[in-house]
Formats: sequence, C-alpha cells, structure tokens
Amino acid sequence: MATAKETRHAALGLEPDRLLTMYRQMVLARAVDRRMWVLNRQGKAPFVISGQGHEAIQVAAANCMRPGIDWLCPYYRDLPFCLALGMTAREFMLAVFAKADDPNSGARQMPSHFGIQRLRIITSSSVVGTQVVHAVGVAYASKMRGLDEVSVTCIGDGGTSQGDWHESMNWAGIHKLPFICIVQDNDYAISVPHRLQMGVDTVARRAEGYGVAGEAVDGGDLLASYEAMRRAVERARAGQGATLISAKVARFTSHSSDDDQRRYRPQAELEALLRRDPIERFRNYLLDEGVVSEADDERIQQECTAEVDEAVTGAEAAESPRPEDLLKHVYADG
Amino acid sequence: MAEKTLLQGIREALGEEMERDERVWVLGEDVGKKGGVFLVTEGLYDRFGEARVLDTPLAESSIVGVAIGAAMNGTLPVAEIQFADFIHPAFDQIVSEAARIRYRSNGDFSCPLVIRAPFGGGVHGGLYHSQSVEAYYAHVPGLKVVIPSTPEDAKGLLKSSIRDPDPVMFFEHKKTYRLIKGEVPDGDYATPLGKAAVRREGASLSCFAWGLMAHYCMQAAEELEADGVSVEVIDLRTLKPLDKEAILGSVRKTARALVVYEDNLTGGFGAEVAAIIAQEAFEHLDAPVVRVAAPDVPAMPFNKPQEDAFMPSPERIAAEMRKLAAY
Repeated sequence: MATAKETRHAALGLEPDRLLTMYRQMVLARAVDRRMWVLNRQGKAPFVISGQGHEAIQVAAANCMRPGIDWLCPYYRDLPFCLALGMTAREFMLAVFAKADDPNSGARQMPSHFGIQRLRIITSSSVVGTQVVHAVGVAYASKMRGLDEVSVTCIGDGGTSQGDWHESMNWAGIHKLPFICIVQDNDYAISVPHRLQMGVDTVARRAEGYGVAGEAVDGGDLLASYEAMRRAVERARAGQGATLISAKVARFTSHSSDDDQRRYRPQAELEALLRRDPIERFRNYLLDEGVVSEADDERIQQECTAEVDEAVTGAEAAESPRPEDLLKHVYADG
Repeated sequence: MAEKTLLQGIREALGEEMERDERVWVLGEDVGKKGGVFLVTEGLYDRFGEARVLDTPLAESSIVGVAIGAAMNGTLPVAEIQFADFIHPAFDQIVSEAARIRYRSNGDFSCPLVIRAPFGGGVHGGLYHSQSVEAYYAHVPGLKVVIPSTPEDAKGLLKSSIRDPDPVMFFEHKKTYRLIKGEVPDGDYATPLGKAAVRREGASLSCFAWGLMAHYCMQAAEELEADGVSVEVIDLRTLKPLDKEAILGSVRKTARALVVYEDNLTGGFGAEVAAIIAQEAFEHLDAPVVRVAAPDVPAMPFNKPQEDAFMPSPERIAAEMRKLAAY
C-alpha cells in the first residue's frame, strides 16, 4: 500500500537504476541533437531536424517497449526514441554526415528518417502520416499471427490532420489492435499553431470517437509519460485494444535547419519554453529524491559528451556512398 | 486442363496461394462474404475465415497502407482496390511508400505485396468505373506492373506476383473477366514476370498491346489476314519489368510497329513503348511508330456512342494496321 512518503517512481515500480538509464538516454539524445546543429552551422551537415524538448515522452515510451520485439513506426523527431531503443550515437552521426554505413538508409534519406530492422524501427519517409497506417498493418499482422507484439507509432500535432491518421485510428478501433499512437503535440506544425490545426485542446479527446482509449499527458514529465505509456502497453498486451496518447511537449528548435521560428513565435513564448525543459525537470526530480548527486550528473554529462565526440570523429571519417551504388536495391534482384 | 474465365483464373490463384502459404491473405472492400463486387474472391471467406479475407473500411489509402505494414511483419497481403478509378487516394502509399521501402532502407526492408484492381472500359462504367491507370504506376521504379489478358496468364501471373519479393500492381481488365475464356492448366504453375507473349506470328507489322486491347488487336489481325497482311501480335503482359527484347526483336523482323492502348494518348504507357522502338530500333523501321489510343479527354463517358468513340475498336485498329502496312 502506498504511503504518503512513497516517491512517484516507487509508485510506478521504477528502480533507481532504471531512472538513471532513462536520464542518461535523455542527456545523450540532447547532446547528439545539439551537436548536429553545430555541425550544420559548420557546414558539415546539410540538413538537421530535432527532437529537443521531446525527450521525456520518447524515452519513457521506449522504456515500456521490448526492443527487437515491439515495433516503432517513427517520425522525424524520434531521435531520443531511437537512441533509447538501441540505435547508437555513431549510427545516427553516420546519417548526419551522409555516410555509406548509415544503417537507416545508407544516407539515401535525410537524417532523422529512421529505420533499422534489427531494432524493429520501421523505415520512414518524409510524408507526414503514412507511417501511422503502417503501424496499424504491423499490429494487424501481429494479431493475425498470434504474436505478442505491440506496434507503436509517433506523429506530431500537425500530422493528425492527415486522412491517413484518421483512417488508422478507425482501423485500430475496429480491430482492437495492439497499437499505440503517440501524438507529440508541440503546438506547431512548422509555423501553423495548434489553434489553426484542430478545434480541440488535445487530440486525445478524439479517442472515443474512434473506439480507442485516450490519454492526455504532460509529455515533458518523464514519470507521467511512463505511466501513460505503460498503461497503453498493458492494454495492448492484454488484448484490450489501442491507445491514443497525446503528449504535450515543447519544440525548442525551429522546425528544421531550414526554418527560423523567430519569424512566427513571439520572443516571450520562446523564453517561456525553456522553463519546460523535460531534462531539467527530470534532473531536478532525481536530485530532490537523492537518486543522483551533482557529481553523478556531471559524470553522466561528460560521458555523453565523450560518446558524441567519438561518434562524430568516427562518422566523419567513414566512407561516403559510391555513385555506382545509386542503382542498387530498387528491386530484390538488383 | 479445363476452359475457364479470366476471373476464375484469378480466383484459383488466390485460393491456391492461400492454401499453399498461410502468410497470404486478402483485404479490400466487400471481398469477404460478398466475394467482391465482381465475385473474384467468392468462396474465399468460407474457406479461410474473416481474418484472412478481410472486409475493410471504405478508405483506399489505408487498405494499401495496412497491407504495407503487414507485409513488413511477415505476411503476404493481396489488397483489392474495388475499381482502379478509386486507387488515387492510395497513390501516396503506393508511390511514396511501397515502391521506395527497399530503396530508401538500402535493402534493409522489403514490401512484398500485391495490389489488384479492375481497370478499363467498354462496360458502361462512365468516367469513374472505366479508367486505365497503368501508366501512373509503370512510371515508378520499385513497382512491378502486371496486366493479364488470358485465363491461363491471370492465374500464372498472379501466382508469380504473390511470390514476388517486391510490390506488384496487378491490373485486371474488367471487360475480360467473363468475356475471355480459355484453357487453364490444372494445379500449380507460375508464369514469369517480364516475359511478353507472342499471340500471333506475322511478318508485315508488329502490334503491341495488353489487357482487352490484346484481344482487339487479335481480331483486327485476323481481319487483315484475309487481305494478305500478316500481323504479329505481342501481348506485353507485364509493363514492368518490360520485355524489351521481345519488342525490339519483333520490330527488327517486321520493320513496322503499332502500339495500342486504351488509356489517353498523351503519356500513356504506349508512348514509352514507341519511344523505346524509336530510340533502339530506328534503323530497322520502314515507317513511323504509330500509337492507337483513346483521345485526350478526361475519361470515358457513360453513354454508348461516346464510349464507343473513346475506346479503340477492332475496326479502328484494323484501319490503322492497313495504313501502316501500306506506308
């Protein structure tokens, strides 16, 4: 029975080791993400797109999944998610530098178009919303084959306006699929604000209309996100059907390296965003609860920086794709 | 061997492949208890159950998108689009997704699925139940495009398509479903993709077509035989991969080429066939390559006079053959 003094993480059955793992995954993701912007400014990375501010919901969700068993149909802000599932910083940097060994696409796609078979991260395009339907198909196949797998997909608030998104939610409801759609609602679709994207404060309200469970969660709160996601995964595994999670998050960066959000977001709004840093919030929690010390934190930050340094050095020196390989993999036979 | 309709050939292929491999399943609007609006999937629901013969919501993009996801999770879906005219909402899933999954993942993922759709006119289908859409998809690397014109091919090519590791667009001319009958070999056989069929050997000119038009070309060729003009009719069967050698080999022999298609003239797949001949067999030609196709109007009207005026007919094809032979 919970006592008044029970911590939030203890109530979720989370051990300190797991908390540290998740914290480290968030810190690493931020370090990788920040570095790619530096590389962009240095002219070494032609295009980057970020997950900064989205770390808590993504890392929490990944830690509720079984990498290599459960599936992820990601979207382009899922760097923290993919790192938490097992993609390495070096693998990501190979994509940033457009190198041949990029496991996502052999650098055929822009960075952050994730897809790694060994981790069951399904290849994704730049088209917004198509991946949600694939996640439904994956879940339908798991159910048809009697496999205990959960299919997770991510999308932004803008993506929920796509027909594919609506069609997917409808399918998930009809077949009570082991499917979870995480909407990472950061209030903007490039420059279009939430109020011009939908007539509800949270898309989770739509869940009932599709016959799926709905969860609206503070996606900047790692423990709240973990709790919502764990409930969704348990629902999926128990055969009780699909869940739509709407996670409110903060978009710290411009849409991409080709955008400047100062053109359409007021300065005060941008400054207020910084108070919603999910990593800072979790760090403060861990310090308050005595799970980490300042010294631990310092060590984690240094380890992550070193990991990024090593990833960058290795990836920068790696081989570029060869022009003669342009024609490969159009079909199975060549 | 027994005489069957083209539709029966397709149904047999589906049933036999589902029997042979439990990964194979079908999905689409009305494919379940009803057996499809043309009854192609009739009987499959009773044999294989709802999970493998799945009636879907009326939403084409998700029919294809779900099939794509299921194909990446160990199954072999055969998605039916009720009419090719309604495939356009799924264009994005087919072109941006299915066709590129292998390429964009550098070979890490594949998408083995078949999308079946009845196409073509001459059945009073009007603007939205008559279209020929093959050119859109034949344009897209990563897709295969198959169009059977005989019951034997319908069965054998569909089996090859289901067993193919890449996405295949399988277009069935709806007028041929019950009109065209022919011998279908018993038991299991697969007709390879990428091989044209010489339906009729000839020396005076070469005629290339697919679907219903292959039959119309045969009728026209028979008419010309009486006039002493010997027409070679080649049924391309698969537009992608395309049997270029069969096309060029025939043109080198006859020195005259006619391409017949039911789609609009401009940008139809026959334009590609004509371009290949012009570029790669130019010095063998004794006459310009001729295209016979539908006029550039949006689509086929419902009323019979205009429907007839839209569709290339055996008579019109025969007239073009005569002109070309006399050039």
